[in-house]
Amino acid sequence: MRLTTISLATVSLGTLLAFGLLASTPAMALDTTRLAPKDVSFSFEGPFGTYDRGALQRGYQVYKEVCSACHSAQHLAFHNLDEPGGPEFTEAQARALAAAVKVPAGPNDRGETVDDKGTPISRSATLADHLPSPFPNEEAARANNGGALPPDLSMVVKARESGPQYVYSILTGFTAHPPAGFKVIDGKYFNPYFEGWNIGMPPPLKDGTVTYSDGTKATVEQEAHDVVTFLAWASEPKMEERKRFGFGVMVFLILLAGVLYASYRKVWKDAH
Amino acid sequence: MSGPSTYKPNSGFERWLDTRLPLPRLLHDTIHTFPTPRNLNIWYTFGAILTFCLGIQIVTGIVLAMHYVANAGLAFDSVESIMRDVNYGWLIRYMHSNGASMFFLAVYIHMFRGLYYGSYKAPRELIWIIGVLIYVLMMATAFFGYVLPWGQMSFWGATVITNLFSAIPVVGKGIATWLWGDFAVGDATLNRFFSLHYLLPFIIAGVVGLHIWALHVPGNNNPLGIDVKSPQDTVPFHPYYTVKDAFYLTLFVILFAIFVFYAPNFFGNPDNYQQANPLVTPPDIVPEWYLLPFYAMLRSIPNKLMGVIVMAGAMITLVFIPWLDTSRVRSCRFRPLMKQFFWGFAVACVALGYCGSQSVDASVAGIPLVWVARVATFYYYAFFWLIMPIVGLIETPKKIPASIAQSVLGDTAAAPAE
Repeated sequence: MRLTTISLATVSLGTLLAFGLLASTPAMALDTTRLAPKDVSFSFEGPFGTYDRGALQRGYQVYKEVCSACHSAQHLAFHNLDEPGGPEFTEAQARALAAAVKVPAGPNDRGETVDDKGTPISRSATLADHLPSPFPNEEAARANNGGALPPDLSMVVKARESGPQYVYSILTGFTAHPPAGFKVIDGKYFNPYFEGWNIGMPPPLKDGTVTYSDGTKATVEQEAHDVVTFLAWASEPKMEERKRFGFGVMVFLILLAGVLYASYRKVWKDAH
Repeated sequence: MSGPSTYKPNSGFERWLDTRLPLPRLLHDTIHTFPTPRNLNIWYTFGAILTFCLGIQIVTGIVLAMHYVANAGLAFDSVESIMRDVNYGWLIRYMHSNGASMFFLAVYIHMFRGLYYGSYKAPRELIWIIGVLIYVLMMATAFFGYVLPWGQMSFWGATVITNLFSAIPVVGKGIATWLWGDFAVGDATLNRFFSLHYLLPFIIAGVVGLHIWALHVPGNNNPLGIDVKSPQDTVPFHPYYTVKDAFYLTLFVILFAIFVFYAPNFFGNPDNYQQANPLVTPPDIVPEWYLLPFYAMLRSIPNKLMGVIVMAGAMITLVFIPWLDTSRVRSCRFRPLMKQFFWGFAVACVALGYCGSQSVDASVAGIPLVWVARVATFYYYAFFWLIMPIVGLIETPKKIPASIAQSVLGDTAAAPAE
C-alpha cells in the first residue's frame, strides 16, 4: 500500500515535470494550415493549352515506377495510353506497357484463385484492362501505409483546389527541416503544403528516381512536373478534344450572333 | 390582348385540321401575331432563354440517364464512365452540370426584372405566383440532381438538407427517415432522388406551359409598366421578338459555352470528384451557388427550427408580393424611392450568397459574417413586409408617359395633348 502511494507520487511528479518542461519550451500554437501551392505553370493551361506529349509519357513512367507502388489509378485503362489527346504511345508501345504489368486473373476455370505455391493467379495486362490497384482492398492499403489510405490518383488533380499546383507542391514540398516547435508524428513526414503538415506519404521523388529514356534530366522538379501533367490528363482525358470542339463552337456562335444582330437591326429599323 | 384570333387557314388540310384540332391557330396566335409591347428591353429576353435552358437540361438529362447507374456503389463510377468512355459524354455532362448554373443565373435575372418593373402586379399576379412555383421546383430538381454523381458534396449536401426536416417538432425525425428510405442517406435515397430528378423537369415543363398561358391573357408587362392602349403600342411577336430573343439567346449561349468548354468545373466543388464516404465529413459543406443565400439565412439563426422557418419563409414570402406592393405604379423607373430599396435588396441577396459561401466563423474587416447575414436576412424580410407596403403609400411617383408608342416613337406618332 505504502509502495503504491510512493510510486503514484513518483508518477505524478514525473508527469508534472514533463508538463513543466513542455510548458517551459516556447510552445506557441503553430498554425498548421497548409501553405498556398507553389506558382508553377503547365502546358495544358489556357483556352488553347494542350498536354505536353513528352511530359505525359515521362509522367506515365514516374507513375508506373514510383506512385503505382501505393496508389491506384483505377479509371485509367491501358488503351487510354494510345488514344489521341493523351500520351499517344503507339499501339505497339501501349501493348508492351500493358504486358509489363500483371493483373489478377483468378478464379481460373477450376475455380482456383491461387496457384500451387499459394500465390494469386495473375496474367499480363492487355489494352482492355484498367490499371491494376496495388492493394486488394482499402484495409490492406491502410495496413501497409501506417493507417493512411493512399488516394486513387485518376482524378486527384480535379479533386483538389488548384489541383496541378497542389499536387506539384506536395511532391516537391518535403522540406528537410520542420520549423522549431513543430512535432512530426511518428511514421508521418513533414510537408507544409499538406493540411496539418503531417503527411503519411514518405518523400516519393529524389533526383534520379527514374531514368528517362529521352535524355531529360530527372530532377525532383522535372519528375513532379511530368507526373502532374500525366495525372492532369488522367483527370481530364478529353480536355484537348473539349478545347478544340469549343473553338469551333465559339466561331460558329459568334458568326451566328453577327447574322442575328444584322437581322435584328433590319427587322427593327422601322419600328423605333 | 389575347383578343380575337386572326388566323386564316390557307389550305384545305389546314381548314380540315382547324375544325378538329386547331393547333396551327394556337401557334399562329401565340407566337406569330401575338401583340407584344414594342418597348421590351434586353431583360425581357430571359423568358426565351429560360425555355431554352429547360430544353437543354431535359435533352442532355435524358441522354445522361441512358448511361447513369443509380446505385450507391456504381453511381460515381458510372458518371466517370460517361466522362471517359461515352462518345461526347463529357460534352453532354458538362452541358448538364453547367446548364443548371446557367438556368439559375437566367431565372434570377428574370425574377429581378419582374420585381423591378412590377410585373407581379395586377393583372399578372398568377403569372408571378406560377413563376415562384417553377423556381421552387427548380431548386428541388437541382438539389436532387446534385446528389446523383454521389461525390462527397453530393452525399453531405443531401445529408444536411434532408436533416433540416428533422427540425420539425415531433414528426421531424420520422419525416427524415421516410425521405431517406433508410436511417441515413444511402442507396434508397439515391434511387428515389434519381426518380424525382427525372420526374420534376416534366412537371416544370407543364407549369411553364401554365406560366406562358397566363402571360398570354394580359400580355407582357413592359419597362414603362403601363398598359397597352392602342395597336400602335405593340408589334407582332414574330418577327420582332423572335429575332430579338434569338440574338440575345445566342449571346447567352456564348457565355454558356465559355463555361462548358473552357471552365467546366468553375461552378463545381473539387470535393465532388471524390466518391461519397459516409465516414469522412468534408471540412466545409457548401451547397451550389444558387442556393447560398438561403443557406446563409439558415446558418445565421442559432436555433435550427427557427433557421428552417426563416429559410422557408423567405421563399413563401415571394408568393405574397402582388399584395404587399401597394403602389399604383408598376415600374421602378417612375418610383425614385422604391428604386433605391430595390438595389438595396439586390445587394442584400448578393451579401447573403457571399456569407453562405464562407465558413460559419469567417469575418471580413473584423465584422463576423454571421452578423452580415443576419442584417441581410432582416432586410430581405423588411423589404417585402415593411418597405413594399409603406413606400407604395408614401412615395410620389414620377410622371408617367401617356402611352408606349409616345414614349418610343416620340410625340409625332401618338400625341395626345399634354
